[in-house]
Amino acid sequence: MTTTQEAPALVPRFDDERTDRKLAIICSKGSLDMAYPGLVLANAALGEGVETHMFFTFWGFDMITKARMNDLKFTPLGNPATHLPQGLGGIPGITALATAKMKRQIADVGVPPVPDFLLQIVASGGHLWACRMSADMMQLEADDLFEQVEGIISAADFIEKTDGAQLLFI
Amino acid sequence: MPVTTIAERDIHVDSEGYLTDFDEWDEGLACDLASQIGIELTDAHWQVIRFLRADYRAQGQTPTLRRVTVVGGIPTKTLFGLFPTKPAKKMAYIAGLPKPQGCV
Repeated sequence: MTTTQEAPALVPRFDDERTDRKLAIICSKGSLDMAYPGLVLANAALGEGVETHMFFTFWGFDMITKARMNDLKFTPLGNPATHLPQGLGGIPGITALATAKMKRQIADVGVPPVPDFLLQIVASGGHLWACRMSADMMQLEADDLFEQVEGIISAADFIEKTDGAQLLFI
Repeated sequence: MPVTTIAERDIHVDSEGYLTDFDEWDEGLACDLASQIGIELTDAHWQVIRFLRADYRAQGQTPTLRRVTVVGGIPTKTLFGLFPTKPAKKMAYIAGLPKPQGCV
């Protein structure tokens, strides 16, 4: 009679038991290129089972304002990372051109436009919050905002909701 | 490359346990892989797994959650319900595919 010792099967560890991780992302920018880092990271965190809250403040409010969210822009002006001559940035139409190109590049890698991305984040269990002070300053109300925004809340309320979270400010 | 034994079958896997040989997978093995991670496969799971296998065969890479939703037509919320917590990785594992590489 032979005895065999079986090693335990090699199975990926999904750490299902660890459910306490939380991520808070503060989105403060309203340009197209600065909207995506927060969206991509929120989506990635949700896919890893991390409870995720996004707080939109100041220019980041444009990401959730119905009248603006489809029309975020990218400009090479003041951005040396484009490696274009800075004088070019001031020419009329350059912002529209650069925006159209970036939107195309984003679509080409299979990444959705901002409103669709926010819908995906909400479908994945993410939470969207609007900043009270920004709403008051810009004289916007809940009706002016993307329907999936859960509420217009104060900074203190957001800090309270994200107790213990890791935090990203963008 | 490690070889591991699942339900008395030897299969080739990577260092985390994802299958590395597309052709070593069959539907019976999928049930065993699923039970290893606490999932019992229903028709709804099978719809996802069959899409993943077909898409991988056509594209050469594991589809992301977004692709399963947009191309496969299965809502993101449903995927989180079927494969809780880490749907993209769990469905790739059960479908015998590598972890998805895409960011979105």
